[in-house]
Amino acid sequence: MSSPDNAAFYRRMLQIRRFEETVLDLFPRGLFYGTTHTYIGQEANAVGVLARLREGDIVVSNHRCHGHFLAYGGSMHALAAELMGRSTGICGGRGGSQHIQWRDFYANGILGGTVPMAVGMAASEKLKGGDRMVFSFIGDGTLGEGVVYESLNIAALGAFPILFIVENNRYAQSTPTRLNLAGEIPDRFKAFGIPVESIDSTDVVEIHEAVEPMLEYVRENKGPAAFVVHTYRFAPHSKGDDSRDPQEIARYRTKDPLPIQAERLDEALRREIQESVEIAVMDTFKQAETDPAADPASLTSPLGISR
Amino acid sequence: MTSILESLNRGLRTCLEESDQVYVIGEDVLDPYGGAFKVTRGLSTDYPEHVITTPVSEAGIVGVGVGMALRGLYPVIEIMFGDFISLTVDQLINHAAKFRWMSNDQVRVPLVVRTPMGGRRGYGPTHSQSLEKHLLGAPGLRVVAATALGDAGDLLRKAVLEDDDPVLFLEHKALYAKKIIAHDELSDFKVDVSNERYPSYRLRIAGAPAPVITLAAYGYSAELAREAVKRLAFEHEIFSDLIVPTQLSPFELDDLIAAARLTKRLLTVEEGTMTLGWGAEVISRVLEEVGPGFQAQRVAADDMPIPAAGLLEKAVLPQIEDILEAAIALSEAN
Repeated sequence: MSSPDNAAFYRRMLQIRRFEETVLDLFPRGLFYGTTHTYIGQEANAVGVLARLREGDIVVSNHRCHGHFLAYGGSMHALAAELMGRSTGICGGRGGSQHIQWRDFYANGILGGTVPMAVGMAASEKLKGGDRMVFSFIGDGTLGEGVVYESLNIAALGAFPILFIVENNRYAQSTPTRLNLAGEIPDRFKAFGIPVESIDSTDVVEIHEAVEPMLEYVRENKGPAAFVVHTYRFAPHSKGDDSRDPQEIARYRTKDPLPIQAERLDEALRREIQESVEIAVMDTFKQAETDPAADPASLTSPLGISR
Repeated sequence: MTSILESLNRGLRTCLEESDQVYVIGEDVLDPYGGAFKVTRGLSTDYPEHVITTPVSEAGIVGVGVGMALRGLYPVIEIMFGDFISLTVDQLINHAAKFRWMSNDQVRVPLVVRTPMGGRRGYGPTHSQSLEKHLLGAPGLRVVAATALGDAGDLLRKAVLEDDDPVLFLEHKALYAKKIIAHDELSDFKVDVSNERYPSYRLRIAGAPAPVITLAAYGYSAELAREAVKRLAFEHEIFSDLIVPTQLSPFELDDLIAAARLTKRLLTVEEGTMTLGWGAEVISRVLEEVGPGFQAQRVAADDMPIPAAGLLEKAVLPQIEDILEAAIALSEAN
């Protein structure tokens, strides 16, 4: 691992962290409408895994998509504007926090519903004969959805090029995995003959290294593989809806991915990154706030028919 | 004369011939079986790379179709029985129908999901239903119903190759064995066809006086209604016109509204259950346009599951006698 990568990892994780913290800070000011699901604490997963992305690869994300989107290279400004309901948002204010589409990045707010879609995208790439693959992000909660297992079966039967990334943040909304997940997560993939690698880490470098064999498998065999990251989210499921034991949160906070990565940088570089990210994040929200609101006149009827 | 089954098979074959982006996907679709109702027979033999058999995973395969469509292919998914469409509803409503609109038109979902609806074959409560009413009115999802009045295969071809948006394509089981009706064979009728991708048909008895009642029906029910129009004229001297849409949702009812404006009496016929059904919405829309003096009746399945025994099934599903009775009552209403 070269030092520029370490700096880039830190910069990207900090960008996600500060973006999400700012969202939570600004919510009470009424700048946003609706809700949000922040990625605070899980930054190392998206950044470590998606640093392996190649041009044209496809990412399918979920309700907790801001971190994936920013790690994919999405614009902070377009995301902030989308959250604020501005016409300059990624989807012009139609999608909001959990429905994002940009280039080869797709997110939808239905748990598990995106998984067969991701498999279909992998099928398309295989049928077209290209080298693209799909990164499908799901969480421990998603493993309760039946269509996930239909999708794993189809992906394995067709040997479609897809990596399933399970971010086990140990809670489905408020419910701990011990109350909603029987058996072990990797066994779910093994049952379909899908190779799986697991890691319990918040270290972006470790995650980046650990995912490599699975990606190599997908790219060489054009078949599915899985990568399970045991992680933790520091912030509420949404906003202000946290019933977890504060001591437990504090315990996991000691494994915060940001200080772990910051230690790999010399202080001057770290400070430079912190200052430039801070300025960029603040500018982003300031700019988005002054952008024009999404205009109801821009609404079109699907299928081009109105009453 | 081509049967509707043959026409649909030919339509799929044409799609496969015209575009190498078309994939026909479903349970048991491969030869020699060729699909539960044989609509895909012969296709996997001639296009082995483009006809894909799947596990019994209706939600999964429709989701796969959404993903393929988003990536520029033209998937055609067969759901073996229309009753199983309930398993796919999340994929249809929250994925297929949403992505284009919620992405602010950045993507397209040219997906077709074909399925046989309908009863009259004794398959009982879970293999005989017409469940489309639950999906009509879902924004972003088009619902199209094949009819014997046109080339069903060509209608399907348009849904697959010409439509950028997701289409739920309904094939009533009782239509499969029927022959496509050439319009010159409809010698008793004058037929007008609207100039749309998914046309609607307007039928009247040729040379008859002005209609006093308008019927509206789609799919197989339109065949019953067509027979009723004839018997009303020749046995009861009640003259009517019949509107048969192929696009059920979203609604485009110009022809029907124009017809009902003249007759002020509308009878809808459908095989789905009556309450909160297709006819209820059609009548509301027409009433809003036509206004005072408008009267309407519905003929539909009874609001109960469809029984298996032949006599019981017949009692629950609308029959031609039910249409005649309702039409006579409506024509006599003040």
